[in-house]
Amino acid sequence: MALKDKMKKSGKKSSSYISAKESRRITRFNRKTTKKLEKKRADAGKDPALYTTKMKDENNVVEFDNVCTYFFTDNGVVKAVDGVNFSIPKCSTVGVVGESGCGKSVTSLSLMQLLPRPTGQTVGGEIRFNKGDGTAFNIVNTPNSVMETIRGDKLSMIFQEPMTSLNPVFKIGEQVNEVIELHNKDMSPEDVKARTLEMLELVGIANKEGVYNMYPHELSGGMRQRICIAIALACSPTLIIADEPTTALDVTIQAQILDLLQGLKDKLQSSIMLITHDLGVVAGMADYVVVMYSGRVIEKGTADDIFHHPMHPYTIGLMASKPVVGKKVEELYNIPGSVPNPVNMPNYCYFKDRCEMHCDKCNGVYPPEIQVSDTHIVSCYRYCDQGKELGYPKSVNVEEL
Amino acid sequence: MAESEILLEVKDLKKWFPIKAGFFKHTVGHVRAVDGISFNIRRGETMGLVGESGCGKSTAGRTLLRLLEKTSGEVIFDGQDLNELSKEELRKIRPRIQIVFQDPYSSLSPRIPVGEIIGEAVREHGIVPPEEFDDYITRVMKVCGLPEYYKDRYPHEFSGGQRQRICIARALALAPDFIVCDEPVSALDVSIQAQIINLLRQLQKDFGLTYLFISHDLSVVEHISDTVGVMYLGNMVEYSETEKIFAEPLHPYTKALFSAIPIPDPDVKINRIILEGSIPSPANPPAGCKFHTRCKECMEICKTEAPEWKEVREGHFCACHLYDEK
Repeated sequence: MALKDKMKKSGKKSSSYISAKESRRITRFNRKTTKKLEKKRADAGKDPALYTTKMKDENNVVEFDNVCTYFFTDNGVVKAVDGVNFSIPKCSTVGVVGESGCGKSVTSLSLMQLLPRPTGQTVGGEIRFNKGDGTAFNIVNTPNSVMETIRGDKLSMIFQEPMTSLNPVFKIGEQVNEVIELHNKDMSPEDVKARTLEMLELVGIANKEGVYNMYPHELSGGMRQRICIAIALACSPTLIIADEPTTALDVTIQAQILDLLQGLKDKLQSSIMLITHDLGVVAGMADYVVVMYSGRVIEKGTADDIFHHPMHPYTIGLMASKPVVGKKVEELYNIPGSVPNPVNMPNYCYFKDRCEMHCDKCNGVYPPEIQVSDTHIVSCYRYCDQGKELGYPKSVNVEEL
Repeated sequence: MAESEILLEVKDLKKWFPIKAGFFKHTVGHVRAVDGISFNIRRGETMGLVGESGCGKSTAGRTLLRLLEKTSGEVIFDGQDLNELSKEELRKIRPRIQIVFQDPYSSLSPRIPVGEIIGEAVREHGIVPPEEFDDYITRVMKVCGLPEYYKDRYPHEFSGGQRQRICIARALALAPDFIVCDEPVSALDVSIQAQIINLLRQLQKDFGLTYLFISHDLSVVEHISDTVGVMYLGNMVEYSETEKIFAEPLHPYTKALFSAIPIPDPDVKINRIILEGSIPSPANPPAGCKFHTRCKECMEICKTEAPEWKEVREGHFCACHLYDEK
């Protein structure tokens, strides 16, 4: 009775409430669907023809083509990435910006095939990774055995938290050696060690022989992140995914690490996919910028397009809400409200409820991608008459899987 | 400036943590977390305290609230030395000094509903008569942008931004004069950060609050503060008004720190001063000037003699040998 009163007083039912019957239904559905998806993936992995494909543009390292990654959770299906389209050209840095929960990390995990399966599944679209010989992997169908040869070799990742991404019980040297040994099976142990020391020197560690025999706890945060970078770069990858590489570090150390990454990228001719929420970091590093919101790309273009001519109301709001040194404003702009519930997305533009510039058109379906210039693409109805429509992001109907 | 304008005066505050070792737990040394800092905060103003992690800025905030006992020094709040007060006197003054913590996820008890979190201390200190209690809490929540029906909900039902509003409401409910904000926005998303910063500024205008704003995000500090203090390894290296310090940083550390701020404009190619190495251990700080191991303009004298804390320009304090003759 008391609980009922409280419910009445609070005016509405808690949105996260699920009845026991509903909960059972969701669990049953998830089990059935994920089983089917796992089987489909295992079948596709048997035949190389099913996971080899062709790049649309040979100058790209990676192409995301309408990628949908969903999580089958106990509260319902979370569409973490829902129809994401963008590509990473050779030898360039692409910044992926967005708030927490917008799907930027899940995009990178889908590319690495590091999703927590069977809960997380890439249910649709293609991720093409350039092999360099005219063909490409379709990462979505690539079996684990093949992924293991690419991961860490041609495709590597630097994680956010250098404190937890190194193993505390192995020496630094062993951890770097491991990657090199795994991908170069015919290398002699001496050569492996020489390569490790070379990598440590490359990332700016002065006392390389000493650090080789140290354990991670003996190093500071900045040093550990350097080790993580050394591990990621040990096999000269064509793409480095840097997932918030400097968020856990101080500003002065952040400057050191960004400087290092930029320098190494040019030296090794790699591309970087830089995932961050800090617009300042992106502006300093990236050639292209992709802005994500609630699992979808809402705007993409060159750094100049995004920073000097932002078009989507969310991008504009994001820029205005961050104080900038040297620019005095009385009050910061704040985007009202918060992100929509990922289990129950609206069928109109996801940003409409927080948008101060919305119009009648926004009540319709999710806006299409509109090409406003050669490089600049935005998903917003306000620019319908300023460019060519490229099509709507395609969602996957989970009931039909 | 008139004496009464100063709300908080900190004089040579020190906080050393003993390092114990061996079977009998002998004290073998000290971590000099805060090693002699001095500053004043005027009524209704905000002071920003910046520095790298481990420089002692959070310890400074906690020590001056007497959440940690100081090692030496004085903290004078509104004419009273906080460290001289007895337990009862301290209890009386507590409602006037409040703190908002960094992590809104761990600083709220998960078992207590929001109304009680905000109201507990109000009842304890008798801020309002019991019959007005409910209305008062509702009013405080409204000011902080929380609807009334949140009262019976529990912290886990809220997002980070909402929780930080609850923390602010809890501090505000006691009608304080002075709030220490210990990195209140660093755990939040950019768009939510702006909401909280605007809320803090609005409250300052409406209630004449005084803040000590501890943060490592320099752009936020520049936006919200009237004066800024820069700390390095337990010492204050520079202190001035915000405009002055950002227009003309004096200390080499401040210069490097400010040059490392990422600017969201791809055309601005800033000349970054990259500091070599990382912050030394506060248990065994370098002799002389603590910054000399990383300093670009290090001289012979820096290695042996600690620089004096002095007023280099009008209202602009700095501790560096570069400004000795002037």
